[in-house]
Amino acid sequence: MKDSYLNFTNVGIGARLTSILGLPRPEILERYETEKPTITGAVLLGGGGKSELLEVLATLFESMRTQTLFHSQIPEWLKIANDSGLITGRWEAEGTHVQKVKALVFDATGLKESSESEALHRFFHDSAKSILPCGRVIVFGRTPEHCNQPRKAAMQAGLEGLIRSLAKEYKRGVAAQLVYVAEGAENQMESTLRFLLSPRSAYVSGQVIRIAKPKKVSRAPRDWSAPLSGKKILVTGSARGIGTAIAEVMARDGAKVICLDIPQAQSELEKLAAKLDGSALAVDLTGDDAPETLVSEARASGGWDVIVHNAGITRDKKMANMRADLWNSVIDVNLSAQERINDALLGGGAINKSGRIICVSSISGIAGNVGQANYAFSKAGVIGMVKSLAPSLARQGITINAVAPGFIETQMTASMPLGVREAGRRLNSMQQGGQPEDVAEAVAWFASSGSGGVTGNIIRVCGQSLLGA
Amino acid sequence: MREIQRIAIIGGNRIPFARSNTVYSNVSNQEMMTATLQGLADRFNLHNECMGEVAGGAVIKHSRDYNLVRESTLSTSLAPETPAFDLQQACGTGLEACILIGNKIALGQIENGIACGVDSTSDAPIAINEKLRRILLDINSAKSSRKRLSLLSKLRPSMFVKPVLPSNSESRTGLSMGEHAELMAREWQISREEQDQLALCSHQNLARAYEHGLFSDLMTAFNGCSRDNNLRDDLSMEKLRKLKPCFDKKVAPNQGTLTPGNSTTLTDGASAVLLANDNWAKEKNLPVLAYLTFSEVAAVDFYEKKEGLLMAPVYAVPRMLHRAGLKLQDFDYYEIHEAFAAQVLCTLKAWEDKDFCKNRLGLSRELGKINRLKLNVNGSSLATGHPFAATGARIVTTLAKVLAQKGSGRGLISICAAGGQGIVAIIER
Repeated sequence: MKDSYLNFTNVGIGARLTSILGLPRPEILERYETEKPTITGAVLLGGGGKSELLEVLATLFESMRTQTLFHSQIPEWLKIANDSGLITGRWEAEGTHVQKVKALVFDATGLKESSESEALHRFFHDSAKSILPCGRVIVFGRTPEHCNQPRKAAMQAGLEGLIRSLAKEYKRGVAAQLVYVAEGAENQMESTLRFLLSPRSAYVSGQVIRIAKPKKVSRAPRDWSAPLSGKKILVTGSARGIGTAIAEVMARDGAKVICLDIPQAQSELEKLAAKLDGSALAVDLTGDDAPETLVSEARASGGWDVIVHNAGITRDKKMANMRADLWNSVIDVNLSAQERINDALLGGGAINKSGRIICVSSISGIAGNVGQANYAFSKAGVIGMVKSLAPSLARQGITINAVAPGFIETQMTASMPLGVREAGRRLNSMQQGGQPEDVAEAVAWFASSGSGGVTGNIIRVCGQSLLGA
Repeated sequence: MREIQRIAIIGGNRIPFARSNTVYSNVSNQEMMTATLQGLADRFNLHNECMGEVAGGAVIKHSRDYNLVRESTLSTSLAPETPAFDLQQACGTGLEACILIGNKIALGQIENGIACGVDSTSDAPIAINEKLRRILLDINSAKSSRKRLSLLSKLRPSMFVKPVLPSNSESRTGLSMGEHAELMAREWQISREEQDQLALCSHQNLARAYEHGLFSDLMTAFNGCSRDNNLRDDLSMEKLRKLKPCFDKKVAPNQGTLTPGNSTTLTDGASAVLLANDNWAKEKNLPVLAYLTFSEVAAVDFYEKKEGLLMAPVYAVPRMLHRAGLKLQDFDYYEIHEAFAAQVLCTLKAWEDKDFCKNRLGLSRELGKINRLKLNVNGSSLATGHPFAATGARIVTTLAKVLAQKGSGRGLISICAAGGQGIVAIIER
């Protein structure tokens, strides 16, 4: 659905009026376009203490052909970057123009205790006014749970409060994230860095991502412009809304998509499958034979690489008015069916090596919502499922993650009453609703063969919604 | 006096060169110079180091920039006690600065120094109309209000809309440098095809150098730019052939051979090179890339005797070779600044010409051919662009690194300059 207010505030008189009245001015977010580089504009680097990721970052920026500049707090970057074949430069030499940058990247892995956090202040204070619209802030830290010293754990945990605040302050479509990189997982950062720097992560902000050292070998895609090339991907509930967007983005990134939805949606499903050069599968996921059907379908095509559990329903009623069948059907589609299917596919060896399971949760599952006790239960349950399955699946080289969409512009939100819809749209740092493809891009990042270190993560695609934050 | 010291080239830094009125259009000479010197200080950890001296300049310069190099130095993390001076020798500025700093090092007057150069044709000074300037000066010195009023009444609107723009024309002949180069191409019968071929080669060589990462430690990014933006990866002879001659109207109507493709474009940029004696380099644990061993400057009479304006390097080189006891063929690399492809080709042709070498250069025989595969192996000004005063340090640094990579060898540098001057040097390792 069209966001007329967003369009109004971004042209001529509307822009002037909203700025005079101090009304929210949502930015028109940049989104992924083929043939464009990962990031258009320079990345400014900072760090404190003995930064541990600079060498890795230099090779990554070199492979992405990204222009970097360094804050004077890390003069060592010049040599490190040059050694990787990267031409770089100091950001703010005295007496020269302050250059605007597209992203701020801070390596906080070297900060051992809170008294060293001054380096963060220096970097973000100096650069706060130099970040371009739709820019990115990425802070790299070490997973607090793995820090031996309590002081280091506290220092690293503090980063979370920092980036969540920056995400709220910077406005103008700037997104800020924290990435915890476990020791030994340094070579697993590329897919995440690419996702976060690029317009693919337009509506993801204020998130904490954990990259672990994979138990099995994890290989990066050969071609980052088609990172899912050759993958067979099942997308449930793909006949409409977010599911369709997921199928489309997967196909765009090179995957063969198996589009699944209920038999009633067969004609839309076949149209989509034809358009994406994939296949259609009309199955009722709550049916007793559904798990068996999927296993045999998967095996017949040599196993599937990625399973996207997107299918979901809402049956909203306040608890006082909710009948048992409304409760049961929502839980069955949104949670129990996913569990049955996962068990069957995993047990039946229908998921290939380096498999990926991606679940769609919801911000309602995190924050709760009036009239959605059933839905919120199911979506919170999905989060529990992801977290509990992640460690055991990691041993098989399979990752499991979830996206939790916030206010996404779909048919479902279009039918909301105006007041609720406007509140949903504006009550987040981006001051607008997300697009279905924003969710799809996050799913595609999880699906990438380069994301082997990303498991057990729940990433909200909500523009940093105030709800549940 | 102390024994003569060797002049070691430690390394250099430049910002990417940019066609004028593009990415550096809002940037001043001082900003570019500062960023370049700061990059050099960052690269060699010269923070708070009191350098022997910094020398450099710009060809197109605002009058307020009379202390350009010192002011730029003060803005960097080099010690504020580092002295600096400005100099100007048209396109020879950068190399002349190297020679001056080098000579001071050789004589033991300084241990180390930086030679640099910068130019911007985007941020060019515009002088006010000459009549207007006279009146304003008179008003300033007038003693009475009446006198001032009467002077004011002499002002005319036309004076305000006809400023004096800087131009790269020779004040004696009134011809632009391109027109002089066109005349040279005619005199030496240099074909359009040969010139285009040289231009293509320059772009291809520069593109390859980037691919091999040659510049990663010779350059720092500036103002969103990390690569010379004049470089065309997709250039071809077909594209070059399509361009129209641009300097022919006055000097060779409809017979021009010089085009925007085989002539350097107006460019913004800055470069610097770090020089020192062996002792200092050793103390600082900085490896020496190569040594600056010989240099020579010559000038020709392009006005009375009608020698080609850009032919001076042709005269300078044999004089330098004689002093060095070398033949023209004794080099591994030739860096002949490509002001115009025609300039390079005229130079080579003149050295091969028996009569010219005997009669004009006073040699017993011709200097002879050079191996063209050794010429401008990493591209030159046609591809990088040519911010006048910044070209010298660019060439010195790049050549020194190439010699260091090779391990040993000898390179010849030749740069032509306005006013019929030529400045040449030898770098060895």
